[in-house]
Amino acid sequence: MTAEAPALLVANVGHRFGTRAALDDVSMTVERGRFTALLGPNGAGKTTLFSVITRLYTNQSGRVAIFGHGLDREPSRALARLGVVFQARTLDTDLTVEQNLLYHASLHGIPRRAGKARIAELLDRVGLADRRGEKVRTLSGGQSRRIEIARSLVHRPDLLLLDEPTVGLDLESRAGIVAIVRALVREEGLSVLWATHIFEEIRPEDDAVVLHLGCIVGRGTAGTIAQGAESLEDAFRRLVAERGRQAA
Amino acid sequence: MTSSSRVVELDTKTHAASRQLGRLDAVGYLICLGGIVRRELLRFFNQKERFFSALVRPLVWLFIFAAGFRNTLGVSIEPPYQTYVLYEVYVVPGLAVMIQLFNGMQSSLSMVYDREVGSMKVLLTSPYPRWMLLLAKLIAGVSVSIVQAYTFLAVAYFWETDIPALGYLTALPAFLAAGMMLGAIGLFLSSLVRQLENFASVMNFVIFPMFFASSALYPLWRIRESSETLYWICELNPFTHAVQLVRFALYEQLEPVSCLVVVGTTLAFFAMAVIAYDPGRGLMARRGGPAGDTP
Repeated sequence: MTAEAPALLVANVGHRFGTRAALDDVSMTVERGRFTALLGPNGAGKTTLFSVITRLYTNQSGRVAIFGHGLDREPSRALARLGVVFQARTLDTDLTVEQNLLYHASLHGIPRRAGKARIAELLDRVGLADRRGEKVRTLSGGQSRRIEIARSLVHRPDLLLLDEPTVGLDLESRAGIVAIVRALVREEGLSVLWATHIFEEIRPEDDAVVLHLGCIVGRGTAGTIAQGAESLEDAFRRLVAERGRQAA
Repeated sequence: MTSSSRVVELDTKTHAASRQLGRLDAVGYLICLGGIVRRELLRFFNQKERFFSALVRPLVWLFIFAAGFRNTLGVSIEPPYQTYVLYEVYVVPGLAVMIQLFNGMQSSLSMVYDREVGSMKVLLTSPYPRWMLLLAKLIAGVSVSIVQAYTFLAVAYFWETDIPALGYLTALPAFLAAGMMLGAIGLFLSSLVRQLENFASVMNFVIFPMFFASSALYPLWRIRESSETLYWICELNPFTHAVQLVRFALYEQLEPVSCLVVVGTTLAFFAMAVIAYDPGRGLMARRGGPAGDTP
């Protein structure tokens, strides 16, 4: 492995639940400093893929590596460079914002004082510095999401995974969250894998991977995928329909 | 953040300095352990009802049940007691360990809850090995149970419990061992219980039989008088040994057989819990992962 190791490498990964293949020979990469969109309808296998990348499940076949660190051989080094925002809300609503973030800091072995300084910086970044001492249950959905993004960044990861982070949020909150993550890519060179089925969140220059029924059915920049179609959404529908026919 | 406290680790794969703030060494793990214990204690003290109900349950047993049976259930001389003791004196150690039993199951319940709401995922994406995270979770639960048990002992002190002053100190390692055992059983059970609603059956099939078929409420020789089979069931019940370990320790003595049973049971159940929570081999993988996922 060399300095060119991608931020995320997923090579020939398969995962089955009983007889059902949730992922079938999935290969994809997230290049360093790139915003990569993972597109797929509900049930495509996005969450399973995220669970494999975050080592909640062990990949039953194939290989996953984060900055060259294989999840099988060096899980600690791989996970130390990974930040995750899960689809479900995972903050402890009985604790304050700061207590939640300090808990996460400790899970990554960050001393308390260093953690507090980093948390202050991140809350400022997501525009919620004034809510530091408040219980999470008093926050709105969009604010909770921003706190979750701050939490995923506490240990300074180099790769950020977000599983449909804007689902259920209003337009303004959605735009705010997309803006925060794009600024991180632009200003800090963070690599991002953003699972979504909301096409407005994707720009033509973004890398994109289309997943359907556990298989990759399209890849390239969002612009190239959309070529020959009316829009990215239109191209996506065609790819998904084609795969559906093949599967049938 | 000072540059000295920040661990800059040389990434051998990419030959670039990693930016991570955390550390993956033993100090880092202690920080992780401290954070998990702190969260558990914060949650416990935030839930005032939980604190009081944990305390009220054994006190009701002591003040009402034990007082009622005081005259009917005298306990003759048997180790560690050197004289004939009142029934209240006899039940105090059992009730203190009962708190730990309930707490172990409560921790198990909170693991199932964490899995349902997703915060278990946050724990499991920590870079430390999974067995270390489960051990930290176990220690966190035990810390809470020790706070509860000593609060109960403090109240019971005013009820003629006759525990020697040094006994409170010598019992600490026993409470730790008993708490670890009950926590490990709870941890393993949490991997078997798929949904929160199923937890009521754990109460019926685990807590009550364990508690009643033990030496917590009555000495085993009394049970033997009525049924030899029941006596052996009680002897084989690890909860009996947790109670006996604490009972002897409160009177500054070590009960070696109970100690071995408690340590052995802890190791066995903890090992099974680690296997059950293993991402590749365990029940989570076979069942399709943590609840709440849409694969």
